[in-house]
Amino acid sequence: MTAPRAGGPQMSQDARDAFERSGLSRRSFLKTSGALTVGFCVWGTEETHTAFGQFATGLTPGSPPANQVDSWISIAADGSVTAYTGKQELGQGIVTAQAQLVAEELCVPLARVTVIAADTAFSPDQGYTSGSQSHPTNFNHAYLAQAAATARQALVRLAAPKLGVPPEQLTAREGAVFVTASPAKHVSYGELIGGQKFTLALDPAAPRKPYSEWTILGKPVPRLDMPALATGRFEFVHNVKVPGMLHGAVVRPPAVGATVSAVDESSVAGMPGLVKVVVKKDFVGVVAQKPWQAIQAANKLKVSWTAGSGLPKQNDHYNLMRKQSPSRDALSVDSGDIEHTLASAATVLKATYLHPFQMHGSMGSSCAVADVSNGKATIWSATQGNWMLRGSAAILLGMNPEDVRVIFTRGAGCYGHNGADTVSYDAALLSQAVGKPVRVQLSRKDEMAWENYGNAFVMDDRAGLDAQGNIIAWEHESWSAVYGNRPGANRPGNVITGLLAGFEPEPFRAQTPAPPPRSYNNNGNAIPSYVAGCVDGTCSGTGSIKSERVLTHTVVSPFWTGPLRSPARLQNTFAHECFMDEIAASAKADPVAYRLRHLTNPRVIGVVQAAAKAANWQARPSPKAQSRTGVVSGRGMSCVAYEGDNGYSAMVIEAEVDMNSGIVAVKRVVVAVDCGPISNPDGLRNQSEGGALQGISRALMEEVTWDDHKVTSVDWSSYHTLPLGFAVPQVEVVLVNQPTERATGAGELAITLSASALGNAIFDATGVRIREIPFTPARLKAAFAAAASKATA
Amino acid sequence: MSEIALIVNGQPHKVDLDPTTPLLYALSDDLGLRGPKFGCGLGQCGSCTVIIRGQAIRSCITPVQSVAGVEITTLEGLGTLEKPHPLQQAFIDEQAAQCGFCLNAVIMTAKAFLDKNPKPTDAQLQQALSGVLCRCFTHVRMFRAIQRAAKELSR
Repeated sequence: MTAPRAGGPQMSQDARDAFERSGLSRRSFLKTSGALTVGFCVWGTEETHTAFGQFATGLTPGSPPANQVDSWISIAADGSVTAYTGKQELGQGIVTAQAQLVAEELCVPLARVTVIAADTAFSPDQGYTSGSQSHPTNFNHAYLAQAAATARQALVRLAAPKLGVPPEQLTAREGAVFVTASPAKHVSYGELIGGQKFTLALDPAAPRKPYSEWTILGKPVPRLDMPALATGRFEFVHNVKVPGMLHGAVVRPPAVGATVSAVDESSVAGMPGLVKVVVKKDFVGVVAQKPWQAIQAANKLKVSWTAGSGLPKQNDHYNLMRKQSPSRDALSVDSGDIEHTLASAATVLKATYLHPFQMHGSMGSSCAVADVSNGKATIWSATQGNWMLRGSAAILLGMNPEDVRVIFTRGAGCYGHNGADTVSYDAALLSQAVGKPVRVQLSRKDEMAWENYGNAFVMDDRAGLDAQGNIIAWEHESWSAVYGNRPGANRPGNVITGLLAGFEPEPFRAQTPAPPPRSYNNNGNAIPSYVAGCVDGTCSGTGSIKSERVLTHTVVSPFWTGPLRSPARLQNTFAHECFMDEIAASAKADPVAYRLRHLTNPRVIGVVQAAAKAANWQARPSPKAQSRTGVVSGRGMSCVAYEGDNGYSAMVIEAEVDMNSGIVAVKRVVVAVDCGPISNPDGLRNQSEGGALQGISRALMEEVTWDDHKVTSVDWSSYHTLPLGFAVPQVEVVLVNQPTERATGAGELAITLSASALGNAIFDATGVRIREIPFTPARLKAAFAAAASKATA
Repeated sequence: MSEIALIVNGQPHKVDLDPTTPLLYALSDDLGLRGPKFGCGLGQCGSCTVIIRGQAIRSCITPVQSVAGVEITTLEGLGTLEKPHPLQQAFIDEQAAQCGFCLNAVIMTAKAFLDKNPKPTDAQLQQALSGVLCRCFTHVRMFRAIQRAAKELSR
């Protein structure tokens, strides 16, 4: 069967209607479907909380219980299916994939499925949509997948007495149950359960549809939202309008750490449309009738601020991070013999890698609408965690969480913890102050100056080689800076608005020295792929090197920080994979063969081989033997077991470098990805292509900058990103399908590898190792000059 | 505040606004259009692009008064869900979006460009899109979609 066509003019009326409901007029849908879902708000039970055990933040009263089919699936009398999920659409295609999953497991046409994602009035609490967790959470034998499988099993059982044959003689397909031997005898799902609840717990034994029988899952189903996006009909959170809605704008401090001394309300008196100036401790904002009026009033409002706390010199901050005290130290692995092994090594290599603060830099500055009136609050937000926001906004507003509803409404791509939560607080505080709905969209500057940046890292690597050129010891030690984070359900102070309104960020917990590792955990990819990863005699790493030590130091950041796509994993992989390349070059070994020599995990080996093969990798050591003048070319390899076991990927980058200008041109990217059974191959390709290029942009030009008092990268002329107009390389994605493995994460695989693969390609081309991101022309030119003077010295 | 007459996607409208208000707010707030979007407010990213007199214009830095009475085309004006414009259809066919927020910038900029350059080389297209940003980096598919539409449109 060909893939069902859910988008474009061929889209069925059903799909169109479902789409209309899910994307275009969600609120009217919720209004009309209230009767269907009214029974859903069953208070959480002990069992619920156990079922949600994997979500650290799971104890949320009011969440539909995760162990009940009715929390996930409802079937209307007309046979249409509504699926409720906590894993929302951020642009990664997960809603379409979840619709495929439900259609497949439930045996209904895709067009009959509507997915409602992350509305606290309907959807189960699934924590944050983040960390490459949606695919592993909902596509394995639990939650949404198991709810759909349980529902199908229940429908077959319900059909048995109606059709007069035992369940094993029945087949479910196309939204009905058929007598297998005489398909003329059948009963539709609508007739079996339409409009009623299943009242049934998820059955872990309910059989999943085997991969060999997939007709919807595993197919390149077009994104359900694409027609509305392309035609300008899609409702982003930026487009939400509610009756009586006013517009707010905020006034952020002029410097980090500055607090309000005085607000002169007379400075805006009489401005057209002005409704109110709102001050709550250091939070300052205005509300007006029209958006432009609010912006003008915020610009004109005279606020006196203290000087702020000052910032470290940017050109010294990596050194300061290294020296900073207190720190929180942790050992991921420690074989205890690293110094001894290094002392006995024939060769010891060491290198330091530096990664700057980078920003999410969403295309649309963050936006939210809040209606805080009559003791209730409703927030339309692009948050990644609607149940968390419900809790933290309740604290901010001094309300009960039960009185707060958060309706996830899509924003511009967030790539992690961007300004979505903080602007939700802005809108909520302003709405509370005026008792009317208020929309706030941040200015570009307020978005960029105060978002929770991806962490800066300093990373020291050391390795020892034996006389045959095998790695016998590897040590990785890092320093990274944190301040604030996702707010969770109870820390509004973890983002700027919460702090300004008087809430403290999570206190820094110091820990020195690091206690011994208790269990293997490579969630942050601090442990390189090539070590054995042994803790208490159990080795869970993906490589063979037995002498190993990974020590991390976390220190306090001068800026807000939070997860940015592939947080820590990207930075650590930059160091590990460039260092592996340095070691291979020192051993005069081919970088691919040398990696394979130290890898033991078949899935990492598999992606390395797949990428090398697709790239037509020619075995030879780096750097390439060539003249180092004019434009030179090279290739680089990188690989990762994402979070240790949550997806596997390898990348080859071919690049040209102009030795005179230091300009890097990426010509070709080949990336192999293994995320278990592939749910939507085109979606996976799209994510991988975008991730690879986003990673290249971050590697080549992205860096937060600051002066003595404030962030200075506050727009697209001061924070650099590759525009659509750059010479886009050829990008080839090699899909490594593993139908019998568990589903893993996928969206953060490619981006994790770009910086290291590119750094290795630059080395191969130029013979010069660049150990600091971004790879700007100035940095490359300086490195070329230094290398040349060293060579002649 | 003053009453300003706008012609948007062939329809006349009257808005009551401070005449210095950027056109974007009239379109997205007063008229409730979802195509043009606020990305930066500085004319740097293209999210707010509309077409006026054949030119791709950044509505976030265009005072509403300056375009009174002039035909303004937004992304909604190119095609509909039922009958998308060939450029829009090409983006659907190529699945050329991730979050989709920048599609207004990309499609409207490409539309104004293709109208004048129906058979662009890749280099010309790159140049035309040099001031447009997509932070999901759906670049590969977007170029493929625009070239596909160019072929379709010039047939």
